[in-house]
Amino acid sequence: MPSLKDLRNRIASVKATQKITKAMQMVAAAKLRRAQEAAEAARPYAERMEAVLANLAVAFEGRDDAPKLMSGTGNDQVHLLVVATAERGLCGGFNSNIAKLARERARSLIAQGKTVKIICVGKKGYDALKREFGQLVIKTIDLRSVKNVAFSNADEIGREVLAMYENGEFDVCTLYYSTFKSVIAQEPTSQQLIPAQFDTGKAEADEGAGAVYEYEPDEGEILADLLPRNISVQIFRALLENAASEQGARMSAMDNATRNAGEMIDKLTITYNRQRQAQITTELIEIISGAEAL
Amino acid sequence: MAELFQFELVSPEHQLLSAHVAEVIVPGTEGEFGVLKDHAPVVSTINPGILKVRNDDGAWAEYFVRGGFAEVSSGVLSVLAEQAVPVSEISRDQLDLAIRNAEEDAADAKDDLARQKAEMTLSQLRDVVDALKTA
Repeated sequence: MPSLKDLRNRIASVKATQKITKAMQMVAAAKLRRAQEAAEAARPYAERMEAVLANLAVAFEGRDDAPKLMSGTGNDQVHLLVVATAERGLCGGFNSNIAKLARERARSLIAQGKTVKIICVGKKGYDALKREFGQLVIKTIDLRSVKNVAFSNADEIGREVLAMYENGEFDVCTLYYSTFKSVIAQEPTSQQLIPAQFDTGKAEADEGAGAVYEYEPDEGEILADLLPRNISVQIFRALLENAASEQGARMSAMDNATRNAGEMIDKLTITYNRQRQAQITTELIEIISGAEAL
Repeated sequence: MAELFQFELVSPEHQLLSAHVAEVIVPGTEGEFGVLKDHAPVVSTINPGILKVRNDDGAWAEYFVRGGFAEVSSGVLSVLAEQAVPVSEISRDQLDLAIRNAEEDAADAKDDLARQKAEMTLSQLRDVVDALKTA
């Protein structure tokens, strides 16, 4: 049985922890709002880009002269997984959920006899994957010093991926990140970047196929110009979604922790009071029985 | 009074402008082109350069844009640029950085086509710098 002093210390330490988790929750809430705004501000660009590309893709579907970024290398032997996670922990299952999805994919690819290469964006993903796939991780990208993700960060990663693709270092590239559904729901997502996939059915439907564009220069050149840009745009969007998801996950994790600490304090306080009372009773009995003995 | 149409200037980070304007001059890859109301649907890539917007009151606003494309569909012009900054806010340093990057690209280019492309970007950027100096 812990002594009264021990209990007092425990209560004080849990209270201190609760203060920290509470503060972290509030910081996450403030950051979440900013991250959410950034993600929303970036949405029009990505959507337009996708719409135009989907339109162009329809024209090129099944043609032999389609750019390599769209048609692929005709192979799917080497897979590149770009795993985007957070730089920091203490955000519930956020990092491990993304890592889990990527790990399952990597395992099934290896079982099929494919070669897997991994790029980790964010330290936590690397930490989670290095034990099993340490040698497969060809690069880790550290965004620790970056406060708010800018397009240039994503562009750098995009260029790197493109350079690797042009050198024939992989055939298929998949991006792993977490989609921000709501503050309490984030969904680990995988998205195939190369060869690019578009929802061509949708493009035909909402343009009514009526808009016949003039292309300047011709379709092929525009597509060749836009496809590489699209890679960076998609990565940028993923990073922003990730940033918002991370803060959302942290907020709910810290909310849970604060509530948990509260329950713990209540329980400890009850134990403390009970024990104090027991001690007083014992002392009284000792005094009374001492007096009776006289 | 000129007839107005919807114009949107979007960069990956945010939407810079969404307004009804009278005329926009876009630095397209195959030459500058002006867009007025009821322009035919067109998609064009853009060069690094100055995009000019004439507002309702006839005043011109200028933006530096780099990398991306312009699209006219159902009477709306949207310009998607990787970088878009009002000319008044652009700093020499940013341009210098862009020029340095372009120079590196030109030096690193693996084949003639890539080098040609990089050099073209470089010369366009220099034109922008010249244009800003004289302005």
